Amino acid sequence: MTTESTFIPLDAIRKPPLPNPENAPTEDIREHLFELEDAGELIVQRVPEPYIEVMTKYGRMKKIPLEKTWHHKSCGQCGHIPGYSTSIFWLNRQFGMSYEDPTDQTSCTAWNYYASATSNAVAQAGVASRNFAAAYATGYYPMIHCGTSYGHYKETRAELVHHPELRRKVRDIMEKLDKPLVVPEEIVHYSEWIHVMRDKIAERQTRDFSSITASIHPACHYYKLVTEDAIYDPDIYGGQRTATVTGLVEAVGATVGDYSTFFDCCGFGFRHILVQRDFSRSFATQRKIEIMKEEANPDVVITHDTGCVTTLDKSQFAVKAHQRNVGIPVMSDAQFAALAMGAHPYRVVQLHWHATDYTALLEKMGIDWEAAWAEFESDLKRIESGEIEYLSWEDADA
Amino acid sequence: MSTMAPPMPFTADPGATLAPNSYPEVPYEDKLSLWEEVKADDRFPDYLYGCYECGICVAACPSAKYYDFSPRKIAQAAAREDVELIYEQMNDDVWNCSQCFSCNRCPRENSPGGLITLLREVSVRHGLATAKEALEGYGRVVYKIMTTGTQISPDMLQPDAFPDWGPDVKKTSDNLDLWRRALPPETLHTTETSWQVSQETLIELYLIWLHSDVMDMIEEADEGLHMIILDVMEETLEDAGYEV
Repeated sequence: MTTESTFIPLDAIRKPPLPNPENAPTEDIREHLFELEDAGELIVQRVPEPYIEVMTKYGRMKKIPLEKTWHHKSCGQCGHIPGYSTSIFWLNRQFGMSYEDPTDQTSCTAWNYYASATSNAVAQAGVASRNFAAAYATGYYPMIHCGTSYGHYKETRAELVHHPELRRKVRDIMEKLDKPLVVPEEIVHYSEWIHVMRDKIAERQTRDFSSITASIHPACHYYKLVTEDAIYDPDIYGGQRTATVTGLVEAVGATVGDYSTFFDCCGFGFRHILVQRDFSRSFATQRKIEIMKEEANPDVVITHDTGCVTTLDKSQFAVKAHQRNVGIPVMSDAQFAALAMGAHPYRVVQLHWHATDYTALLEKMGIDWEAAWAEFESDLKRIESGEIEYLSWEDADA
Repeated sequence: MSTMAPPMPFTADPGATLAPNSYPEVPYEDKLSLWEEVKADDRFPDYLYGCYECGICVAACPSAKYYDFSPRKIAQAAAREDVELIYEQMNDDVWNCSQCFSCNRCPRENSPGGLITLLREVSVRHGLATAKEALEGYGRVVYKIMTTGTQISPDMLQPDAFPDWGPDVKKTSDNLDLWRRALPPETLHTTETSWQVSQETLIELYLIWLHSDVMDMIEEADEGLHMIILDVMEETLEDAGYEV
């Protein structure tokens, strides 16, 4: 065997050729959507300008709107980790992007569906279509905060396209609600917005993250459900893993701490995190946190979904009592980006809702967390005394 | 979306022989009928194309690492239409799945996780005792999502519900109303729902539940819960002028 015959061009491994969408193993669902629109079956809501086009897994381009977005909030984020949602809104406000924070929105209800199966395809598509129609009525474009909502809506979109009987049933329901059947041209996750905004976020960065090592956990329902819609970039992991989250972490100058169980889920389990948490806790700590600690020893875990932040963060307390090798704070890419741009760790990022100790991380970011907490406590006193009813956006940036 | 007649009634009764896993034994025809209902779902053909037995789904599966559970067995039983094994899985294995869809990595393009969604759905629709058992303690979540439109509310953060999440849960619970008012987005000043949902939106959600057979499923799974949810929905809809 000669040296020549065994030579593997390293460039081919480091940077494989761009995928050709002509060779994509899956259909482009958007083409079917437009055909159905031409046939009068549904309305396709177009991505408003300005938008940025980015490459998805098989080389197709996806439009990510920059503003005029209708924020489809997440149950778990708003309920238990509200600094997540607050940071997404704060980022939009910092860039002067117009957006809607609607009350005419329900949960996608997919957490419950994947947990209990107490629903069905018609109901799930009905809930999705009602939310899409509510967004369409405002002229703003759906921006999905939750990874599960994003994945489930992509599944639902495919079902609506391929099953005429389902479409008929859902259209009947929508007629009872006096709403049209609308499907967005692209299903867009907020982390895709952060991904396309990452260089602008870095331009506005006020804190130095060069000493921070972050391990990334990609959300299963972002890139494993209807895989072809997730963003991939040849310059990030050679295009072999989804680029969202990692792109931001690199853009703000932090080091990505890689680890061998990157592709594992967090252990959320949908029903498990609520009624069978021993599984979630074991998986989150033994397969994710401890592996990260051993292999990368990061300062923080950054992820982009409700369940992942919850499971990875909350699971660490109980196992710490067993002297396990844990203790890494967890937050979303939105919170990380907001901190990079100078957001207040409590007024905006609301880290007091998180469980794992984050104070060493804040110190490494140059944040005096004790002074910041004292400021937040003074806000609380103003609310308690009746001086102000709520903390305003202006207060948050004071 | 089944077009099949429901396989009723089950012949099992409290005195019937229990299988080793404590689920009631039923005639083969009943098991077959359940399986036919799974197959009749429009989504079924997209979830099963055969099985190489390569085990990639098992390697990717979080539940397989901690339970006696295998997504490969789910796909194989379905591909072979092993009705006895499928019935056993409907009563046990399916509730161990994490629904993360890591198994979608299948080179044959199967979705064992998707199959499990269908198997669970049929289990609930027919009120299998094991489905009821799996959903024990989960009723409050179903109630919350169906009646308020958001699943996770801030007031669920109670120390007795989440003792393993540490002492901060109590701190959050003790300060809940104050901390919620210290959130800049106006829609988040809520404690009983994740965000503020308008009454008109809620009415539309109730109409979706009523027109999509979900209430029938809830009735099979938990009659008491069904009555409570229906009461809330009927009161709201009647107040808004709807005839229920």
